[in-house]
Amino acid sequence: MHELSIAASIVEAVTESASAYPGARVIAVRLRVGALASVVEDSLQFCWELASEGSPVAGAKLVINKLPVIVHCDACGVDSELEGVQSFRCPRCGELAADLRQGRELEIESIELEEPEPNESKRMESETDKPDPVEEHI
Amino acid sequence: MTTRIVELRRGILKKNDELAAGLRQRFTSAGVLVLNLVSSPGTGKTAFLELTLRALRARGADAAALVGDLETDNDARRLAASGAPVRQINTHGICHLDAEMVTKHLEGWEGVSLAGLNYLFIENVGNLVCPSSYDLGERIRVALLSVTEGEDKPLKYPGLFNSSDAAVITKIDLAVPCAFDRDLALKNINEIRPGIRIFETSAKTGAGMDEWLAYLAEQAKHS
Ligand SMILES: Nc1nc2c(ncn2[C@@H]2O[C@H](COP(=O)(O)OP(=O)(O)O)[C@@H](O)[C@H]2O)c(=O)[nH]1
Ligand SMILES: [Mg+2]
Ligand SMILES: [Zn+2]
Repeated sequence: MHELSIAASIVEAVTESASAYPGARVIAVRLRVGALASVVEDSLQFCWELASEGSPVAGAKLVINKLPVIVHCDACGVDSELEGVQSFRCPRCGELAADLRQGRELEIESIELEEPEPNESKRMESETDKPDPVEEHI
Repeated sequence: MTTRIVELRRGILKKNDELAAGLRQRFTSAGVLVLNLVSSPGTGKTAFLELTLRALRARGADAAALVGDLETDNDARRLAASGAPVRQINTHGICHLDAEMVTKHLEGWEGVSLAGLNYLFIENVGNLVCPSSYDLGERIRVALLSVTEGEDKPLKYPGLFNSSDAAVITKIDLAVPCAFDRDLALKNINEIRPGIRIFETSAKTGAGMDEWLAYLAEQAKHS
């Protein structure tokens, strides 16, 4: 159940970063999650909805970019991607490879914001005097 | 409307990682070896730690323990019987310890100063998944599994086993009745974390404790 703590941490971090762009709405949050990060994707999506509800990032889509494990093989001197996480062996030579180069990531890569055009926001300000019901929902 | 992509490239658990880095620095400068014990509930962390604390004290080493538990202080009382200073961390439902909890519980710990300790053990909340994401500033993460849990535990929980520095197979006194396949268990651990040190112990018979204590002494030299 630590997906809930993780989701809450994402909400906090994204809210903080997005506050530098007043008037913008967060529409997507992209994560990089390594195969060894011990995160269950469905559970994180579910917790994301719970944790973001009522927050400034509510409604944003969570995009989870999964990263395979990459190990460095001392024998071959090469980094290789592993197909799974059940055996840490170099796919070229079959030797055990303890030197992990990727796979534990648990990062927010980027956020996608939707913001009013600079002139659009000015226009919207001036229009608050005589609100136009059609424009209001933009 | 326009869309804008803002690159953040920031660890989700950055706050925990920063606190943990601060703890690690404190532990290093105090010269205390810190170990984080992780396993399922019932593997035998507390029993293993009881024996470890007693043995270390008998050898004149100063050891203390922080013990995480969802609600009770039963484990803390069991560990305190060894005579070592023990402090309970109740997580109130949270399934793992984090660096902030550890930081808080090091404050105002009566009779304990980090500089006066040789070893500090942290018994994590019984859980094989969540604790693996939370760095506590430990030097050594220890994954435990008992012979009653099945040889494939490391394959089911690679996140924990791969991030550990030592593995302990507990309850080896029950290996025969459980038809425990030792070779398979050792192979599985080694497939997930090649080269990891593996200990095989029993809190009932004391088997394997000498090797474990020798390892601790060896590691403490480098603290
Ligand atoms: N036979 C046997 N039982 C053990 C051993 N270690 C622990 N136990 C028992 O396993 C149960 C759980 O042990 P405990 O130390 O509380 O596990 P924890 O939840 O990982 O802290 C208790 O009933 C212990 O008496 C052991 O080495 N051999
Ligand atoms: Mg316990
Ligand atoms: Zn190779």
